[in-house]
Amino acid sequence: MSQVSQQKFGFGINKSRLINYDKGDRRVRQYITDREPTFKLCFSCGACTAGCTAGAHATVNMRRVNVYIRRGELEPIREEVTRCMMCGKCLLTCPRGVNTRTVMALAAEAMKKLDRNEL
Amino acid sequence: MNFEPFIMPFNIGLYFILAYCVVRCVVWFRGLSRSDKLRLQRGFFGRPFMQSISEIINESLLHRRIFKVNPVLGYMHMSLAFGWFLLILFGTIEADYFGAHHLNPPSRAIFFRFFNPDHGEAGFARAFGFMMDLILAFILSGLLLAISKRFRPKTMGMRKTTKHTLVDRIALTSLWLIFPSRLMAESLTCGAHNSGSFLTGTLGHAMASVMPAAEIAPVFWWLYSLSLGTFFVLLPVSRYFHIPVELFLIFMRNSGIRTGDKASSFTEVQLHACSSCGICISTCQMSKSAGINNIQSAYLVKGLRSGSDVSDITKNCLMCGRCEEVCPVGIELGPLRMIQRRGGEKQYEKIPVIQQYHLKRKNVSTEKEVTHSYSYLKNTTPVKADVLFFAGCMTHLTPSIIQSMKKIFDEAGVNYHFMDESGGVCCGRPLMLAGRDKEARELINHNSDIIWKSGAKMLVTPCPICYKVFNESYYLDVEVLHHTQFIDMLIEEGSLRPGFMNRSVVYHDPCELGRGSGIYTEPRNVIGYIADLQSVDEEAEKSLCCGGSLANFSLSSDKRRNIAADAIQILTKDNPTAVVTACPLCKKTFSSVSETKVTDIAELVAMALPHAKPAALTTVTKNKNVTVSASNS
Repeated sequence: MSQVSQQKFGFGINKSRLINYDKGDRRVRQYITDREPTFKLCFSCGACTAGCTAGAHATVNMRRVNVYIRRGELEPIREEVTRCMMCGKCLLTCPRGVNTRTVMALAAEAMKKLDRNEL
Repeated sequence: MNFEPFIMPFNIGLYFILAYCVVRCVVWFRGLSRSDKLRLQRGFFGRPFMQSISEIINESLLHRRIFKVNPVLGYMHMSLAFGWFLLILFGTIEADYFGAHHLNPPSRAIFFRFFNPDHGEAGFARAFGFMMDLILAFILSGLLLAISKRFRPKTMGMRKTTKHTLVDRIALTSLWLIFPSRLMAESLTCGAHNSGSFLTGTLGHAMASVMPAAEIAPVFWWLYSLSLGTFFVLLPVSRYFHIPVELFLIFMRNSGIRTGDKASSFTEVQLHACSSCGICISTCQMSKSAGINNIQSAYLVKGLRSGSDVSDITKNCLMCGRCEEVCPVGIELGPLRMIQRRGGEKQYEKIPVIQQYHLKRKNVSTEKEVTHSYSYLKNTTPVKADVLFFAGCMTHLTPSIIQSMKKIFDEAGVNYHFMDESGGVCCGRPLMLAGRDKEARELINHNSDIIWKSGAKMLVTPCPICYKVFNESYYLDVEVLHHTQFIDMLIEEGSLRPGFMNRSVVYHDPCELGRGSGIYTEPRNVIGYIADLQSVDEEAEKSLCCGGSLANFSLSSDKRRNIAADAIQILTKDNPTAVVTACPLCKKTFSSVSETKVTDIAELVAMALPHAKPAALTTVTKNKNVTVSASNS
């Protein structure tokens, strides 16, 4: 019914594009920014992802991870954060000086804590 | 012998500390692993014994390593340690020779002047008295330097001194009081009895003429005894515990005991052997260039001893190894920090001072949680080759090094395979530096599999970070060479003939290659063939860190830049045409702050090679085998 009414206005919302900030889980974001404040500097340029060593073998999309963590959508990146090899390439390519691999490591840590209800 | 109550504080302190040290050493010895116990036993009754004795004389008494850092600082430490030793030694001899009895209790020697106020009238006794005064003056000169160092560290070549805890301050004050109070006490007694040599005698006469010396003297004898007693009682919980523990450490180290990768009673001994001298703080580039003054090894050790939270200190370190190189006690600071990194999250509880006397500490070792998984890595079908080239992640960010290495391989006609040309796997060293050995093992196994199956005899990598882990943590049947070693070998055997370029360059030793793996000569040999190598202020073992180190997990990028800028300033002091390094990470870090060209050694060699050969020739040489040279080297 709502779909129909939206179509009337000439646009529709694709469900996968819907960001519901009320449902976002910000605990991981908080955990990271408390420990690594440079996380806030990221402007999602994707330089880290382009050169990622682990990214050549599996989906490790640092840029995407950062965006999802900030939105508080954690399910899609649960696996991804554990794949980082901490090689530090992203650290050198980051134009904003984000401590990228520390962010990834903290994210992985936070996910584990989330499972144990420690956050 | 009539009993004097004022010697009681000294006696209590002395017998307490002697008993405590013996018991503590026994507890530590029992805590050693079986093999380490055997090592120590063999070391104690064998050749290492003499080695230890000479090290004790050189380091614990004369402090030669500190002399190398700064002569004035060395003199300060030597006058206190060696001077005090001489004072005790000759005091004992004096008491034994001139005293009422032979084989006196220690208090007789320490308070000799009190019991023999008229000693030193003539002849040999006079000469002996003169010497005792001289030794006291020697110590007092060192004490003056020590006090001035507290307030003006720069005069001793120190930029910072260690911040001390309350107990350390009390112990320090009592130590500082010992010698002036001895001087006053002896002088007053000498003044009252008209004896004494150039120092105590002169001072005594002067004071006796203005005050009742005989009545005031006991006050200072009490002060002398009390400060000695306080110092001894506080010894086990203050930094001065290093005085007895260092001796034990020297015996352990010379017997071949090493830190390893787990906390043991040897690490305990090392923690207590640290004197908090602060030389590591002065040497640390994080302090010098980035203004971070609370993470240095002295503070790590201090924190571990008192059980305070060291998790931030542990992570925030470049692991360049400069502090370990200058540590006058020779504590393995890098491995100590790595042990902390390997441990998981802990509850830090500050140990109260009184509990720090406890002989057995609760050693809470937690294991780091496994958070990463690399099960997604697929086995690849390896290519057979004689020589494997592993560029590593960092080299992939500096493609010019890869191009140069390719050129060098082709020129020398080496049958090689570029292992990670299209997306390799990290060597595992960064994970190890993060203390994630279990996860690193997964990557190591993956890479080892490829290397084993390739049937290669040699593995060449231009990255010192990879080189170190390949060398130390992989179980491989191949010869692992850093590209500087490989190029040096090629030039030596004549398969590579770079021309000489008439330009002056300086060489920067990467931390992981120099201090980390001990490779200093090969890069210098290679550069020597090609260019005019100038020396720099801080090189080889003293080499600076570029600041890009992967070992630091919390340093911000602008502080890294500061470190790099300061380092490059020292390197380019004499305006070389290029700064040559042997690490892609150093090159990348330096390039962004340097006006002088920063180049990798491989690029320099590739530049010096004669221009491209005719195509036909190249294909012939390409098939040439390198197996012979591999077995030769």
